[in-house]
Amino acid sequence: MLRGLWHLTWLEIKIFLREPLGAFGTIVVPVLAFILLGKVTGGGRGVRGVPPPDLSGLLSDGGVPTLVSLLITISAVLSLVTIISIYREGGILKRLRATPLRPWTILSAHVIVKLLLTALTMTAMVLAGRRYFSIGPSVPVVSFAIALLVATLSILSIGFIIASVVPTARFAQPVGAFVFYPMIALSGLFFPIAALPPVMRVAARVLPLSHSTSLMLGIWRGEGWWAHMGNVAALAAVFVVCVAISARVFRWE
Amino acid sequence: MKQPVITVSAIRKVYGKTVAVDEVSFDVGDGEIFGLIGPNGAGKSTTMECVEGIRTPDRGSITVLGLDPRRDVYALQERIGVQLQQAQLQKRIKVWEAMHLWASLYRRSLTAGDKLLEQLGLAEKRDAWFMTLSGGQKQRLFIALALINDPEIVFLDELTTGLDPQARRTIWELVRGIRERGKTVFLTTHLMEEAERLCDRVAVIERGRVIDIDTPQRLVDRHCPERSVTLGTRDAHAGDRLARIGIVERHDDRFTIRGVGDGFVTDVIQCISENRITVTEFRTELPNLEDVFLKLTGHSIRD
Repeated sequence: MLRGLWHLTWLEIKIFLREPLGAFGTIVVPVLAFILLGKVTGGGRGVRGVPPPDLSGLLSDGGVPTLVSLLITISAVLSLVTIISIYREGGILKRLRATPLRPWTILSAHVIVKLLLTALTMTAMVLAGRRYFSIGPSVPVVSFAIALLVATLSILSIGFIIASVVPTARFAQPVGAFVFYPMIALSGLFFPIAALPPVMRVAARVLPLSHSTSLMLGIWRGEGWWAHMGNVAALAAVFVVCVAISARVFRWE
Repeated sequence: MKQPVITVSAIRKVYGKTVAVDEVSFDVGDGEIFGLIGPNGAGKSTTMECVEGIRTPDRGSITVLGLDPRRDVYALQERIGVQLQQAQLQKRIKVWEAMHLWASLYRRSLTAGDKLLEQLGLAEKRDAWFMTLSGGQKQRLFIALALINDPEIVFLDELTTGLDPQARRTIWELVRGIRERGKTVFLTTHLMEEAERLCDRVAVIERGRVIDIDTPQRLVDRHCPERSVTLGTRDAHAGDRLARIGIVERHDDRFTIRGVGDGFVTDVIQCISENRITVTEFRTELPNLEDVFLKLTGHSIRD
């Protein structure tokens, strides 16, 4: 059924680009915001004699790129959750399931669309922001992208559980936001996890964002994959468990 | 009835405490238009979706084209065409894109998708977004999608609900056309007129149970043999004479005579002519499926 998968994926990309604000909102806006940020902060050269804030630290320790990447990923997952709920509510999922298409093909097509668009957005941001925020040759960009992909799949798997249980499309976005954004607070990006109260510390260790953050920060700073196998294993475990749960509770109509 | 292509035996489906389908059995013959008729919520769609393999009954067995819709669902879906009640498509998918996608999903598909669109009167809507189509156009597109794999059986669930009478008639013509291509049509409807005009045989379903199955005409003959004739006359003796044939009700100069059987109307005409009753108005009323439904269930289908 690969033919059906590519056909559906391509079609969903076209349909997405026809949405008002579709391409604009997901690709153009983040890139523009990034350029604007670069202009405002002077991109390392300063604005009208005011010396530039020292951003080199923000970039070199990987905190900002990790946060930005996670935010973009989460918003992509939220939009996927919303689309799936809209498709379920409109009977589109049910209609597709009444064809020889395998159920996983239908959902895979949507995941691939989101992954492609997210990758496109990130690449565009990196290229457009080059002048202001130079990543530098020491950053392992490809490894970081793979780390982000691993993190994305685990976040996505939680998104599928949300998509499985939200009653209507209207709830998809708020429920998803309510689940994901607090996770960022517990990701270790803002407060060290070790400094959290014990209960929160356990929660942070169980949730995938702390492992995503640890993995991405480490890779950005040039640490090896072996040092972060524990994070990768935790993210893989989250993925397997959440996919298994959503496979059981997913509703097609 | 010809060789059955669908055999449903004693299926049952329960949702929580609600019994949606209860011991439903019927056969659908090759090349016929078979209808499940009943009010909304009677179990029509659930039954149909069990046959399509989208749902699994809790009990009972189903055979479609020699296949088990549960075990061989993908093999079955290659050979059937499905239109679902209340299912939509992506808002911004174009008509030709939907046709193209659907064609790519089946091993066997009609290469002449454009010809199909033309036959269904959608040729000029080829590049239109789904969301811009009218209700009738959407339903015609769903018919086109259901036909694209040249299926042996076409399933149509409440195909004309929400359409205006003109669009409804167009759809009926198309459904008759599907049968003329040698395909079997299995449909559900809560419109008795639709069932009467389209179906070769119907199953009356109510609260998840099949009450009776036959051709619309035989159902009417069996359950509603009553006939009535209403005539207008100033003849003073008309009432007495007509009372010999059936029960007479009188409203001023208008008489309604009720009786039973095929010969009843002839008897009335004979009585008028033998007694030289001058008639200003003559109207016969024959019962239809609507009356059958009322008789079988004790309430109107619209309730």
